[in-house]
Amino acid sequence: MTSSLQNPWHRAWRRFQGNRLGYRSLQLFLALSILSLFAELLSNDKPLLARYRGHWYVPLVQTLPETTFGGDFPTPTEYLDPFIRDQFAKPGNFILFPPNRYHHSTINYFSTVPDPAPPSRQNWLGTDDRGRDLLARLLYGFRLSVLFALAVTVVSTAAGIIYGAVQGYFAGWTDISMERVVEIWGAMPMLYLLIIFSALFAPSVWLLVTLISIFGWMGVAAYVRAEFLKNRTLDYVRAAKALGQRDRVIIFRHVLPNCLTPVITLIPFEMAAAVGALTSLDFLGLGVPEGTPSLGELLAQGKNNLDAWWISLATFVVLVVMLVLLILVGDALRDALDPRKAVTEDPS
Amino acid sequence: MSLLEVQDLSISFGARRVVDRVSFSIAPGEKLALVGESGSGKTVTALSTLRLFDAARLEGSIRFQGREVLAMTPAELQALRGNDIAVIFQEPMTALNPVMTIGAQIMEALMLHKGLGRGEARAQAILALKRVEVAEPARRVDSYPHQLSGGQRQRAMIAMALACDPKLLIADEPTTALDESIRFQILELLDQIRVERGLAVLMITHDLNLVRRFAGRVAVMEHGVLVEQGPMAQVLEAPRHPYTRKLMDSRCVREVGPAGEGCVLAGRAVGVTYPVHRPGIVGWFRRGAFTAVHGADFTLAAGETLGVIGESGSGKTSLALALLDLAPASGTVEVEGRSWAGLTGEQKRGLRRHIQVVFQDPFSSLSPRLTIEQIVGEGLTIHEPGLDRAGRRVRILEALADVGLAEDGSAEGLLGRYPHEFSGGQRQRVAIARALIVKPRIVVLDEPTSSLDVTIQKQVLQLLAELQRRHRLSYVLVTHDIDVVRAMAHRVMVMKDGRVVREGPVDQVLSDRLWQELGQA
Repeated sequence: MTSSLQNPWHRAWRRFQGNRLGYRSLQLFLALSILSLFAELLSNDKPLLARYRGHWYVPLVQTLPETTFGGDFPTPTEYLDPFIRDQFAKPGNFILFPPNRYHHSTINYFSTVPDPAPPSRQNWLGTDDRGRDLLARLLYGFRLSVLFALAVTVVSTAAGIIYGAVQGYFAGWTDISMERVVEIWGAMPMLYLLIIFSALFAPSVWLLVTLISIFGWMGVAAYVRAEFLKNRTLDYVRAAKALGQRDRVIIFRHVLPNCLTPVITLIPFEMAAAVGALTSLDFLGLGVPEGTPSLGELLAQGKNNLDAWWISLATFVVLVVMLVLLILVGDALRDALDPRKAVTEDPS
Repeated sequence: MSLLEVQDLSISFGARRVVDRVSFSIAPGEKLALVGESGSGKTVTALSTLRLFDAARLEGSIRFQGREVLAMTPAELQALRGNDIAVIFQEPMTALNPVMTIGAQIMEALMLHKGLGRGEARAQAILALKRVEVAEPARRVDSYPHQLSGGQRQRAMIAMALACDPKLLIADEPTTALDESIRFQILELLDQIRVERGLAVLMITHDLNLVRRFAGRVAVMEHGVLVEQGPMAQVLEAPRHPYTRKLMDSRCVREVGPAGEGCVLAGRAVGVTYPVHRPGIVGWFRRGAFTAVHGADFTLAAGETLGVIGESGSGKTSLALALLDLAPASGTVEVEGRSWAGLTGEQKRGLRRHIQVVFQDPFSSLSPRLTIEQIVGEGLTIHEPGLDRAGRRVRILEALADVGLAEDGSAEGLLGRYPHEFSGGQRQRVAIARALIVKPRIVVLDEPTSSLDVTIQKQVLQLLAELQRRHRLSYVLVTHDIDVVRAMAHRVMVMKDGRVVREGPVDQVLSDRLWQELGQA
C-alpha cells in the first residue's frame, strides 16, 4: 500500500471516483466549463483565419477595416455582410469561421424573419428579441455564470473560513462578539440592499460578486466555527501548544485541515446557489449591465415573449443541466467525505 | 439445559469477518466473563445474541431457552429484548436518555413488556431502584441522569435492565467508566442480584482484576476467535493458550531506576480556577468560579517520577495543564528555575522545550491529516529552526528508533504514513517521540496508558521507564490507576476534590490503605 493512497484526501478522492454518477457529473461540468472558456473560438462573428489576395489574416485578434477586403468604408469589417462573403467566395480567397458564426453581441441584420426568430439553419437555436443568436448568448451566459459562481464561492469560502476559524479557535469573548456581528449581518434584508446598491452604483459583474460574497460567507463560517470549537479542545492542539507552536500555525496547519470536510462539501452547493442568485437578479433586471450575456436576462425575455418558446426552453435546459450537475457533484462529495463511510473502509 | 447456547457463530460486516465460529453456553444463574482486548469481537458477539446490529451478517446458531434467535420475527425479537435478555452498557451517561427522568425510563420498559399501568409501573420503578440500593429511591425516581453520580447512574441502568426480571443480563464493561472505589460495589451488587434471582450474567470485560473478582467461567477472545474457555481458576492459574498467558502476564512490573538529585520542577500554591456559568440573570453579568485545584505544592528531581493519583474530577489533569501553562493558574510553577509568570511569548516558547506532554488518547493527540514526519518533526521546526530538511529527518529517525518504532533498524518507511495506519500502542509511541525530540527534561504523562489494551500498556510503561533511565527524564505521571503508579512512580501525590490529601514515597502512601478510605468517603 503506497503512502499516497493513505493520505486522507486521496482516500476521499478515491471514494468520490467510486461514485459513478457524481464523478461523471464533475467531468461533464468541467468539460462544459472549459469549453465555454474558449467561447470566442466556438461562437464568434469574426473568422478564425482568412486569406485574401495572397495575404493571411487572423481577424479573431486583428481589427481590419472593410477596405482591406475591397469594401468602401474604413470601419471594422462586418464578416457576415453578403458583400464580404462574396469577396471571399472568389477563387484563391479563403475564410474559416468558428462553428457558430455569431458573437453574443452580434445582431443578425440579414435575417429574413422578424425577431425573435425561431431556430433555423442560420441561428440553430433561434434569436432573442433583439436578433442576437441564442446559442451564442447561452454559451457566453453559461461561462459568465460559472465564472461568477466560482468567484463568489472562492471569496465567500475564504472569508468564511478565516472568520469561523478565528471565532472557533479563540472562543470566549472573541467568539461571542463576532457571533453577534454575524447575527446582525444575517438579519439584513439582502435583496433590498442589492436593489439599493444597484441604484447607487453603476451595475457591474464585480459589484455583484462583492455584494453576493459579503452575504454568502456566513454559512461556511458557522460550519468552520463549530469544527474549530470541537477540535481546539482535542489533545493534538494541546500538544502543539505545549510544543510552543504559534496560534497562526496551529490554526492553519493543525486544525484547519480537519475542519475542511463541511467546507468542501458545501462548495458545489454554494456554486449552485450563486448561479441561482445571479440568474434571479438578472431576471429582475438588477444584475449585470445591459448587453452582458446572462441566463437570467434570457429568462426574462422568454417571459416577455411567451410565443418564442425556444428562448425559455433552451435557457431552462441550460440552467437545469448546470444546477443538476453541481448538485450531483455535491451529493457525491458529501458521501465521499462522510466520516462514517471513511471508517468502514479503514483497513484496520 | 443451558439458557443460552451459541454455536459456531460467525459475524461479518460487509466483507470483513469480525467473529469466527464462536461457541459457548450459559446455564441459568451462571456467570460467564468474555475477556479480550478492544477489537477482539467480544462486544459484537455478546450483543448479537439480541441481533442488535442491523448491518451484521450472522451465521451459525444462537439458541435462547431452546428457541433459535436467528429465526425470530421482529415481534419475537422485541419480546426477547429487555424482557428475557437485558443489557447494561459501559457508559451510563450516554446509555440513558438525558431528557427523561430515570423513573420514566424504567417505567417505559415495564409498561411495554409487562403491560402495567402508569401508577403501578411507577411503584415498580421505585422498588427496582431500591433493590439496586439507590439512596432515597422515591425521590431519585424523578431525577434526570445528569443529577446522579456515576455510580448511581450505573445503578439506575441496572435497575432499568432488571425491571422486567430478565433471565440473562449482558453487562458490557459495566464498571469501566466508574471510579476505582465504586467498581467493586457495583460488582458486588450484580453478584447479589444474581444469587437472589437466579439470573445468568454474561460479562464483557478487558479487566482481569474484575474477572478474578467476579466470573465463574471465563472465555477468552482474540481477533474474533474464542481461544480458550473454562472455569475461572483453571484459565487464570493455568492458561493453556499463549494469548491467555500473554494477557495474564500483562501486569505492570516495576523497572524504574533510582531518582536523582536537584530540582527541575517546583510548584508553590498552584491553583486552577475555571469560570462557570451562573444560573439566572446574574449569569449574564458575572461568572461564578469553579476551583479545580486548591494550592498544590510539590517539587520534582531529575530522573524522578511524581505520580499524581486521584479519581476523575479530582483536579489532577487541571494540575497537569497548569504545569504546562495550558490552563489559567495561580501560584508559581518553576521549570528549571524559571517561572511561567511574567514571561513574554518568545521566552515561554523557549521554556516549553524543557517540559513536554504525552496525552491519554493517542487517537486524538495526533493530527489526523499530518504525516508521522510532520508530527514528530514539528518541535524541531519551532525550537531548532536552523536545522535543514536532511538534518531534521535524521533527528526524526533517531527519535522514532528511540521509542522502538524502527522496523528492521530504520523507521524510514514510517515517515510518510498517517496516524490512522497505526495501532493505539504505536500511536502512543509516536506521541512520545514527538515529546522527546526536543530533548525535554520533564515530561508530563497524562494517563499515558489508560486508553491502551492491557498487553500494550505494559510495553509502553517499560518503554517509558527505559527512556527515563537513558535520558535522565523527570516524569509527572497523572493517572487513576494504582498499578501504573506502583510500577512507575518514586513519589506519589493523592488528590481529592482539588486538594492534595496525601504526599510521600510510593510504598508508604499506597500501603496505608488510604485508597479504601477514599472509596468510603
